[in-house]
Amino acid sequence: MELSAKKTFIEHFEQAPMYVAVLTFVGFGVGTVFGYLRDFMRAWGLEKRNVAQEREQQKTCWSNLHTIHQALYDFVPLYQDFENFYTRNLYVRIRDNWNRPICSVPGPQFDLMERVTDDYNWTFRFTGRTIKNVINMGSYNYLGFAETDPNALKTVAKELQRYGTGICSTRQEMGTLDKHVELENLVAKFLGVEDAMVFGMGFATNSMNIPALVGKGCLILSDELNHTSLVLGARLSGATIRIFKHNNMQSLEKLLRDAIVYGQPRSRRAWRKIIILVEGIYSMEGSIVRLPEIVSLKNKYKAYLYLDEAHSIGAVGATGRGVVEYFGMNPNDVDVLMGTFTKSFGAAGGYIAGKKGLVDFLRTHSHSAVYATSMCPPVAEQIIRAMKCLMGLDGTTQGLQRVRQLGKNTRYFRRRLHEMGFIIYGNDDSPVVPLLLYMPGKIGAFARRMLEKNIGVVVVGFPATPITESRARFCVSAAHTREMLDTVLNALDELGDFLHLKYSRYSKSSHPELYEETRFEFED
Amino acid sequence: MDIKSMKNYLYWLYCQFELITCSYLMEPWEKVLFYTFNVSMLVMVAYTAYIFFPVHISTAFQFCLHLFGSQHENTVSVVK
Repeated sequence: MELSAKKTFIEHFEQAPMYVAVLTFVGFGVGTVFGYLRDFMRAWGLEKRNVAQEREQQKTCWSNLHTIHQALYDFVPLYQDFENFYTRNLYVRIRDNWNRPICSVPGPQFDLMERVTDDYNWTFRFTGRTIKNVINMGSYNYLGFAETDPNALKTVAKELQRYGTGICSTRQEMGTLDKHVELENLVAKFLGVEDAMVFGMGFATNSMNIPALVGKGCLILSDELNHTSLVLGARLSGATIRIFKHNNMQSLEKLLRDAIVYGQPRSRRAWRKIIILVEGIYSMEGSIVRLPEIVSLKNKYKAYLYLDEAHSIGAVGATGRGVVEYFGMNPNDVDVLMGTFTKSFGAAGGYIAGKKGLVDFLRTHSHSAVYATSMCPPVAEQIIRAMKCLMGLDGTTQGLQRVRQLGKNTRYFRRRLHEMGFIIYGNDDSPVVPLLLYMPGKIGAFARRMLEKNIGVVVVGFPATPITESRARFCVSAAHTREMLDTVLNALDELGDFLHLKYSRYSKSSHPELYEETRFEFED
Repeated sequence: MDIKSMKNYLYWLYCQFELITCSYLMEPWEKVLFYTFNVSMLVMVAYTAYIFFPVHISTAFQFCLHLFGSQHENTVSVVK
């Protein structure tokens, strides 16, 4: 399939100078030493124990191991592994930056409940006040459909009056409403495919449907940085899983060739099915999948492609139809198109779209269809009105304007951050912007100081990212005005100087070949 | 004015030290412990340098002098 417009695919994954990695390890080293000190004090009773621990009878008693009778009552220690050590000694110290309760709609600005701690983040209490009009750089509100404007929500209110909120049944029993049929037809029309099916929960769409599509004797080739829902679905299916390096086509091709040449591990039979699991936009890196290369690989080696467009549907593409439109490709090239309505449509739930045979199979064989409650009607109506707005079926150009505004905001935000000298990962067109912080001390300082300046950000640390690459992740929205973005950028400038975060050794100039980039020319 | 900017710069350096070594996250008594340890290490290193530095320098100087000195003597004897 020829690309209609030749696009340059520019992604940045700049490495910080060596001293940053060294200092990060120094920070973790000091944290670990103090962690052992605190654990020692807790074990010897010098400090009050706030952590989860085993009951007295179930503790491992080291002195009793020599007698068999006593050894029968010894239990395996539960909380000695690294995860628990990290949680109670490092995570708890900066725990106040996560799980912050909000008390308004998560639009471009929102209200937070003020929360203080008296004993260093072991317990919290609410003071009763709310912090108003905090600029929201963390919510997945790409097109700004999370709004409370009564004019916009007229149809949703009407459907709420008509259907109520509960479905009280699964899709296969009595839970299929005419709203679901209408929504499924609309989704299929939006994406340009034959048929679609919607589910009540985005995570469950992946984890419950992949087991229906693959089983034992099949091969799953999954990207290194895939989301937990894809990993869980792949593990539940019982198929063999092989991982290829993130967005690396040589690695994927090698795995495909090995799979076809050597077959299954011991019997050397051919694999029943080979399926490639990728995402449209990876939410921790901000990178976009190399779809044209993957489709040509899949056609060459006769594999199937499962594309999870959770973050990219509505957010990329000229009219918001996702990565397929972004690369100018035909939706029939992808076998299973999956996406969620949580991010760009201001609702909840997920869909799977593709050929009619595939969707009919899933209607009968998916766990989600048989056992899970279906999507509730006001939520379905919200998706219908958002999609109609995007497609222009409500008679206005508001949908297209939102998509264009998101594109403009994304490019402006990324350009300014590059010019200031921060290290930003990801593709130039992705609305997810990870800003690298590296050192554990800076994670807490960054989030707290941004909140003092009335900006709410999401910071991510160890288990979700590699241990040396902690980051702050911004989600640009179409509802952000230029003034809001400028406020955020000025605050980031100031904070970047104070915390010394501007590690980039290249700043973007008019000569793009001077900065580090990855361009991939696929030679066929 | 210079003193003020100097003080601000020192405060900024102190903040960087706190952030890099995670002492920003520590409770006050942990900070006291950590700083005591660091300061005592620095004092010990400085004391060792103060005691041994002159001795090392003079020994090295004598060694170099001995090298060049003996060479000078040899050439003198040959010439003679």
